[in-house]
Parts: sequence; structure tokens; C-alpha cells
Amino acid sequence: MWPWLARVSILGVEAQILEEVDADQQRAQSNTVAVPDPVRLYRRRSGRAVAGVAGGVADHLGVDVLWVRIAFALLASLGGAGVLAYGLLWIFAPQQPDDARSISTRERQQAYGLIALGAGLTVGAGTLSGVVSGWVAGGLGVALVGAAVVWREADQSQRRRAKGALLGAGGRPALVRVLTGAALVITGIVLFLVSSIGLNQVQFTLLAVLAALIGVGVLTVPWWLKLVRDLGEERRARIRTEERAEIAAHLHDSVLQTLALIQKQAEAPREVLRLARGQERQLRSWLYGPSGYGRAVDGLAHGTLSDAVARAAGEVEDTFAIKVSHVVVGDCELDERLVAVVMAAREAMVNAAKHAGVAEVSVYAEVEPEKVTVFVRDRGNGFDPDTVPDDRHGLADSIRGRMERNGGEIRLRTAPGDGTEVQLNMPRAKVTT
Amino acid sequence: MTEQTKSRQPVRVFLVDDHSMFRAGVRAELDTITDDIEVIGEAGTVGEAVAGIGHLKPDVVLLDVHMPDGGGAEVLRQSRKATPDVVFLALSVSDAAEDVIAVIRAGARGYVTKTISSQELAKAVVRVADGDAVFSPRLAGFVLDAFADRPGAAPISDPELDLLTPRERDVLRLLARGYAYKEIAAELFISVKTVETHVSSVLRKTQLSNRYELSRWASDRRLV
Repeated sequence: MWPWLARVSILGVEAQILEEVDADQQRAQSNTVAVPDPVRLYRRRSGRAVAGVAGGVADHLGVDVLWVRIAFALLASLGGAGVLAYGLLWIFAPQQPDDARSISTRERQQAYGLIALGAGLTVGAGTLSGVVSGWVAGGLGVALVGAAVVWREADQSQRRRAKGALLGAGGRPALVRVLTGAALVITGIVLFLVSSIGLNQVQFTLLAVLAALIGVGVLTVPWWLKLVRDLGEERRARIRTEERAEIAAHLHDSVLQTLALIQKQAEAPREVLRLARGQERQLRSWLYGPSGYGRAVDGLAHGTLSDAVARAAGEVEDTFAIKVSHVVVGDCELDERLVAVVMAAREAMVNAAKHAGVAEVSVYAEVEPEKVTVFVRDRGNGFDPDTVPDDRHGLADSIRGRMERNGGEIRLRTAPGDGTEVQLNMPRAKVTT
Repeated sequence: MTEQTKSRQPVRVFLVDDHSMFRAGVRAELDTITDDIEVIGEAGTVGEAVAGIGHLKPDVVLLDVHMPDGGGAEVLRQSRKATPDVVFLALSVSDAAEDVIAVIRAGARGYVTKTISSQELAKAVVRVADGDAVFSPRLAGFVLDAFADRPGAAPISDPELDLLTPRERDVLRLLARGYAYKEIAAELFISVKTVETHVSSVLRKTQLSNRYELSRWASDRRLV
């Protein structure tokens, strides 16, 4: 993305930062790209007979598509429930963003056979049960077929658009299909009206107006839906753009500035290391931290022990240009005692940074139900505790005093040449319920 | 290490990382500091890696956790069946527990961060080639956390796999505190071999345990 940055990466350390950024981008992208949600029901885009509803339901339920089609056909006999269900699913289930599936001639014939059967059952059952007269059912049936033709055409034009072709590039055949569909709907409505010719003038007019309105509504359903979906799509795109701009701004203010500084300071490895570590930490807390980008949604874990330890380690790293690697197991909210533990641990880190003469200090904190334990360890010079002059307050006051005042204890393991390990134990405050 | 390790064939290593700069760096470092390791190939994508590993049959694969098209876990999934003898060591800057636990559960024998020194990396490579597990302090912390018994933790269905023994916990704690195997052995009055056995056992449990806690914990918690 920024090829010129590659040049400075030769220093090695900040290559990690770049990588971390890359990883985050990948993560961000994988979040934003329209990945089909496996839980959601999608209509098949290709390999379909009518609208891909049956195929989508079959994919969703993990059964063979033939059974789903048979089920729809049989349901159609129950007062047209199957047809209604199919229509509703058509409207509300979105098309799969992308799939490549072929449909065999035999399967297509089967599907068409079942459609005919379903239609026959609907009309037949409707007429036999006397719920609707033959005329009405016929009219409605013709109108429905017309609507299906028009809707299918709308699906097709959406598909062509997804493939990158020009909008509505279906040509004359598409136009013919749409007009045929519209004609069928109108015919259906007329048939329906003819069947109810026995009504008086006012009723007939009302019915005609109503039927015409419904006809227009049915015909334009795909376009309304498209409008609504496009609006949602546009909003998501805008949010994505804004988010991207925010990330770019943040990276510019932090990472790019640091890299510029690093280029200037290339002669001073210690300074470069300090800058790189500091920037790495900042970026990490931005990506994964409690108020950071990665966790912005839940926003939990404010003022916890792990954050406090990470902050303390970071401060020591910044001040003394050493590496403080910290591992925290478990976590809990800070209270007065735990603040004291963190302060004491920080002091121990500072001591290690000042006196041990090593480039790395390890910090390990573990939260258990009854107590919190922190270890600060270096593999440096070590010392003989008995020879520490009395006027050195660091260990005595800042660590031991602080721990003991709060009911904790400290254990020290050190010997000249053998490194130093400070262990801090603090019982946790009883949870008052 | 003894005569045996010195006289044997160098460990043949395959690098997988989508950053060519990083691959070049690791290759140069490993080539200069030790003769025990020979980098025989590298790959920048999941596809290349799977093909290269299948073709070259390296001893150890150094595997980046984060890559496009599914990352290290995907390479593991695709390679493990065809080449079960190849050992994988995850190498990453990622500190997200879910990513680390995912590659371990997919079959990696260890995890080290990219900030590791070249000497340490060389040691880790030789160690996984010998069949041991390599736990960085951070991974030890993640695993301890994953197996912790806190309120709301998943019920234990198989005590063999779902619980760490007290000794394994001790070893993991010391690992998390930055102790080397030798130091752990001295601290616990056991042999280095025993430490290795405990670590391998923990690795096995991490890979096989069905404790819900492992996956849930890993997905709702990202350590800094």
C-alpha cells in the first residue's frame, strides 16, 4: 500500500508494525466484504427453475432440492399455501451474492413438472372446495404467473449487473418477457373483474380501481425491494468509507510519523528500538486494547489489572529503552490493593532496567480467586540483598513497604550473577455481596 | 547438546510468510548463525505453501499465523493429511489469543513471537524438529488462561483432556515467567526430559480438549 515504507523496514523492527497493520487491514476487509452469512437463507442465483427459492431452502436445510419442490407443490393444494410461501420467500430472501451451479435438463423438466402440478393442485383444490369460483381462480392464477415472469426478469437484471454487464442489458428478449408478464397480470385482473360482473356500478368501480392498484403494486415489488436494499447497501458503503478514513488518519498520525522519526534517527539503534517499541505498543492497544479499535463495540474491561500491567511495562520500556515482555493470566478490576501491586511491580521493573544490565525483563501476573501474584524477572547481574546500602529506598519503600501496608508480601530471589526475581503476592479483597 | 546433534543432517526448514521482506530476514539470520538449519524453500501464499511443503517435504515449517486466504491454520489443514511428518512452528506478531490457539489446535507444535532473537528461533526450530513442543511465555499464558477454572467455565467432559495436572500448571507458570527448560527443571527438581514431557502433554490437551471454554475464551478475549 505504501511501497516507500518498505525501504525503512530494513531495520527489521518496524517490519512488524507494518505487518500488524496489514493483518488488521485483512481483518477489516474480511469483515466488510459481503460474505454470505451461513445462517441466513439465500436464494440460489444460478441453477434455478423459477427464482431459486426451493434451491435456497434446500441448501439451508441440507436436503435434496427435489423434496423441497415436491413439498411446495403439495402445499399449493392447501388453499395455495405453497404458492404464498414461495412468493413471500422470493420477496424476502436475498439472492446469493455469488455461486456457480448448473442445472441439468432432467432436473429442470422435473421442476417445471412440479410447478405445473402445484398450479393444477391450487386451482383444482380451490375450485373443488368452492372457496373460489373457477373464474376468480383462473384470473388470479394468470395474474400470478405474469407477476412471476416480471419478478424473474428483475432477478435476471440484478444478476447481469452483478456480473458487471451494463444495467438492464437484457436486450429485446428481456423487454418482451417483461411486457408479456405485465400483459398476463392485466389479463388476470380483467378475468377477475369479468367474473365479478354481477356487482353494482359503484362496487365494480371500486373493485376495478383496487385490482389495478394491486396489479401495479405486484408488478413493481422487485423495484421497491431493490430500492430499499440499495439504500442499505449505500449506507454500509458510507460507514466503510468513514471507517477507512479514520484508520488512515490514525495511521498517519502515529505510524507514519514514527517511521519518519526512525528514518531520521537511523544512526542511533537504541533510539530506533525505543521508538519502534513505543509505536508497536500504541498500535497494539489501538487494535486490541480495551478502548481500542478491535474492542470498540463491547468497551468492557476498563481499568483492569492486565491493562495496568501493560501500561506500567510500556512506561518502563519507554523510559529505559529495554524490552519488558509481560504475560497476564486471568484478569480483574483494579482496586486499591491491586494498584499498589502494580506500582510495586513497576518499581521492580525500573530496578531491573537500571541495575540488571540486560535488554529484557519478563513480567508475569496471575489472577487467582483468592490472590494476585506478580513476578518480575531478569537474567542480569543480580545482587546480594545484604549489601544494599540502607539509603536505597527503591526496594525497601517502594516495593516491600507498599506491599506490606496493603497486606501483601514480597519474595526476592537473587544472587550476584544469577539474575533477580521479585515475587509479589497480594490477597484479593473479599467480594462483598 | 551432544555429538549426535552436531554430526546429524541440518534441519530442513520451509518458510511461509506473506511478507517477502520478513522471509528474507529470517533466511539470512538462520543461514548466518547456525549450520544446524538449512532453509530449503519459502512461500508467500497458502497455495504456494501447500504445494511447496508437499513437494519438498521439509522437516520444519515456520508458519506465519496471519496471511490472506485463511492464514497459517489453513496451510496446516491442507498439509497435515498429505504430509503428517512435517512439523509446524507458528511464528507471528499476532497477540490475539484466538489466532494463536487456532493454529495450535490445527496442529502446530509451538508458537513464538517474531520479536524472538535469532538464536532463540534456531533453538526452537531444532527443538520442534526433535519432536518437542515450543511454548513462548505468551502461549503458556494463553493456555493457562484457557484451562482456568473460573465461574462459567465449561463442564469437564473428559478429565484426561480437559484438566491440567498440578505439575503441568507449575511448568506452564514457569514458562510464562520466562524460564528456560533447564531453569524449570532446576526449580522443580525434575529432569529436562520430564519438563519436555509435561509441555508435550499440555500441547496435546490444548489441541484435543473439547472444552467449550477454550474456544469461547479465545474468541471473546484478546490479550494485549
